[in-house]
Amino acid sequence: MASRVYRTSAPGRARSRWVALAGLLTVPVGWMVLFYLIPIGILLVHAYWSVKYPEIDHTLTLKNFRTILTIDLYPRVFLRTVIMAAGVTLADIALAFPLAFWLAKRVRRNRDLLLFLVIFPLWSSYWIRIFAWKTLLGTNGILNSFLQWTGILHQPLSFFLYSKWAIFIALTHVWLPFMILPLFTVLDRIPDSLLEASSDLGAGWFATFRTVILPLCKPGLLAGGLATFRLTMGDYIAPTLLGGPGDQMIGKIVADQFGVADNWPLGAALIVPVLIKISLLLWASNEAGATERTAV
Amino acid sequence: MSMHVEGQGARIELVNLEKQFEGVVAVRNTNLTVQPGEFLTLLGPSGCGKTTTLRMIGGFEYPTGGSILIDEKDVAALPPYRRPINTVFQQYALFPHMTVARNVGYGLEMAGVGKAERDRRVGDALAMVRLANVEKRRPSELSGGQQQRVALARALVNRPKALLLDEPLGALDLKLRKAMQLELKELNRETGATFIYVTHDQEEALTMSDRIAVMNEGRVLQLGTPAEIYEQPVDRFVADFIGQSNLIPGTLEARDGDRCMVRIPTGGLVEARLRDEPAVGASVVVSIRPERVILQGQPAESLDGSIPATISEIVYLGSYNQLVLHATPDLRLIVTAPTDMPARPGDSVHATIPSRYATCFAAE
Amino acid sequence: MSAIPAARSRRFSLGSVSLTVAAITVFIFLYIPLAIIVLYSFSGEVVNVWPIGSYTTRWYGEMWNDSQIREGILLSFRIGLIAASIAIVLGTLTAIAVDRFDFPGKSLLRFCVVLPITLPGIVTGVAMLSFFSIMGMQLSNRTIIIGHVTFCITLILNNVVARLSQIPRSLDEASADLGATPWRTFWRVTFPPILPAILSGGILAFTLSFDEIVVTLFLKGRDATLPLVIWARLRRGFSPEINAAATMIIAVSFVAVLLANRVSKWAGSS
Repeated sequence: MASRVYRTSAPGRARSRWVALAGLLTVPVGWMVLFYLIPIGILLVHAYWSVKYPEIDHTLTLKNFRTILTIDLYPRVFLRTVIMAAGVTLADIALAFPLAFWLAKRVRRNRDLLLFLVIFPLWSSYWIRIFAWKTLLGTNGILNSFLQWTGILHQPLSFFLYSKWAIFIALTHVWLPFMILPLFTVLDRIPDSLLEASSDLGAGWFATFRTVILPLCKPGLLAGGLATFRLTMGDYIAPTLLGGPGDQMIGKIVADQFGVADNWPLGAALIVPVLIKISLLLWASNEAGATERTAV
Repeated sequence: MSMHVEGQGARIELVNLEKQFEGVVAVRNTNLTVQPGEFLTLLGPSGCGKTTTLRMIGGFEYPTGGSILIDEKDVAALPPYRRPINTVFQQYALFPHMTVARNVGYGLEMAGVGKAERDRRVGDALAMVRLANVEKRRPSELSGGQQQRVALARALVNRPKALLLDEPLGALDLKLRKAMQLELKELNRETGATFIYVTHDQEEALTMSDRIAVMNEGRVLQLGTPAEIYEQPVDRFVADFIGQSNLIPGTLEARDGDRCMVRIPTGGLVEARLRDEPAVGASVVVSIRPERVILQGQPAESLDGSIPATISEIVYLGSYNQLVLHATPDLRLIVTAPTDMPARPGDSVHATIPSRYATCFAAE
Repeated sequence: MSAIPAARSRRFSLGSVSLTVAAITVFIFLYIPLAIIVLYSFSGEVVNVWPIGSYTTRWYGEMWNDSQIREGILLSFRIGLIAASIAIVLGTLTAIAVDRFDFPGKSLLRFCVVLPITLPGIVTGVAMLSFFSIMGMQLSNRTIIIGHVTFCITLILNNVVARLSQIPRSLDEASADLGATPWRTFWRVTFPPILPAILSGGILAFTLSFDEIVVTLFLKGRDATLPLVIWARLRRGFSPEINAAATMIIAVSFVAVLLANRVSKWAGSS
């Protein structure tokens, strides 16, 4: 029997779509809110509390922030960390460029294999590699005994380990893949014909590099630089394993506050500016399209 | 083994069908009845609403107004998997991770048909589309034409009462396309299913259809057999869209019922059948097909309807010549003529417009 | 005319050689520490000296006989599998929502999901620690798992979304046209192509969880994962079976990453 209905836009369907969406997202969103966003919120609130041993005093106060700004130690550590992050970033750019360029432009066979070998360190524990530097650089370590064996040194040098340089070298090494990959991606996209045209028009390799390659690499440099910078800012392992007492970085100090020093509010107050700054940078670069750790 | 549907193909009625997307009206108030078993083509330029209409019949879009009746039952609110019809998609939409056999048998699987019978019917369907020994292959291993046939088989194996085809031949080369057009017509006859076909290619529509619905801007302008559409276009758009037309501007001199006399720029008078309702003295356009224009070396007996012109160009097209005539620098006529006609560029001729084949429309 | 191309190629090849040398040097630099650890796990010396006097597999034996290490290995495997499984479920659900639906806050959601892995591990660890403390939840293996899941979700999410976006919508329509309800369409048409993406994401999640230390340090209960065991010994001083244990972690990571790579390559062929 014909039913000549007019306004049939299937209202049930729109509703069932929302039901389906809700069904899909409830658990994941709930998880993220409960186990990440709320904890971050609680961390932020902790920055406004203070410690009255052994309890935490929940009255809101700006005491911690005053501490951070006035006690000389904290700004110094912060600055030291920032300088370290900048240094590591620059070193990684310098090291990553040749390898990324070589992979993108010079390697024809076995490229997948080589790429795999570059990617693999990303996924193997970075703290093991940092600890490897400890082995390498210690007084009883490999570098020292190698130098003694070759006769360059007569006594082990303790300067290698427990120093800024140890941290610097180790972090440069450990974050290197984070710089290589985005650079590779960006370099790979540059058509060979561009480089050939540049050379055809009379530019030497340095001029080509400066005027053609570098500008086109900006997104890759941004992505990689952002990664190395924020990873160094937040690192805890390297200063712990490789740093001396004068080489503290923010990560270690914060960890201590939540560990032995047992001053959570202060630790929170220390980490919060780092957290906010990194999040803003991430959001901004997200909008600009920089990509994160790529899946294999 | 007959692949004929049970009984006859579906009768599909569109009643006051409308579809709006965010303020843009894609299909307006469309009324259309497709007879059981017929091959109906929705023809029109890009964006005219033909694909949207087809998708609404299939269930992939929901109308914002009106109803869709399949054999008297309103299905407008039903999802695609509850409609007794099947679709052949423009890019075939074959499931890449399944073999051809599983692709074709998919609908049967969903309907709960047992494996033995499924295999049998899949074999029949593939034979019907003239595709053999591909059951175990993956779609990516097939050519475009083969994929197309698999898509057809996948739809037809379910013996749908109606088959919807969304420009399925677009990706094929010319020769294959022409062959497939005839095959589709045959399948329509063999299965008895109603075929609703969407295309922008008017030649294709003329070849295959029992009836054509010419659409533009969301509306059906004319519904008729290919001959009706071609010979008696209902307005200027249809005249222009189907085949080639000479469109001669002029002024309406006189009218009487559905006949009229038009004064054209050369000064002569042309008689034509009148569509639209222009007033006497208004600007009009006379439409005449190239193959209907009669060429003579001398003026016709009555000077009316005869246009003196010069041949500007002769294009050899194999089975006929296409002549470009200029009556005035602005008035150009395209005429077809046999290839052995003794004419040369620069010759003076007289082009007669037979009133039986001339149609007059109001100018825009 | 032929002199100019020759000059150009000469210039290229000189630069090429130094480029290749530089690239390979960096490559070696990339692998030295890993190579050192693996090498010295077989060293017969008790301290890491050069040159290596003798080679032995003794540390592996000691490592395996060490019950603390053995239990650490087992715990790391268990936590890795559980965390990866939960992350797979959460990541896949989110991926389907992101690919198939438009909703307000979509980019915010993706941003939040990626935060745990991009913000320093210390932030995740410390934030969750304060959360559990306020909630009165005791730290245990369960809290470790929760921490690991949270930063692993994005691995599966990105993988699956990438694969999903390659599936044209017309496939869903074709499936519905042929009589399949949305539920059946999902399992027969959508799920099979994304299964490799889910698996390879899950394997990577397992790898990250297996060797994770920073978040784990803050969220651990009484039991210790393998990294925690190694870490504790490291802090006390060096003992040679640490090299062996670390090599084991490296080996597990390597196998897992290789596996994930193969699985997603296998997907590409379909």
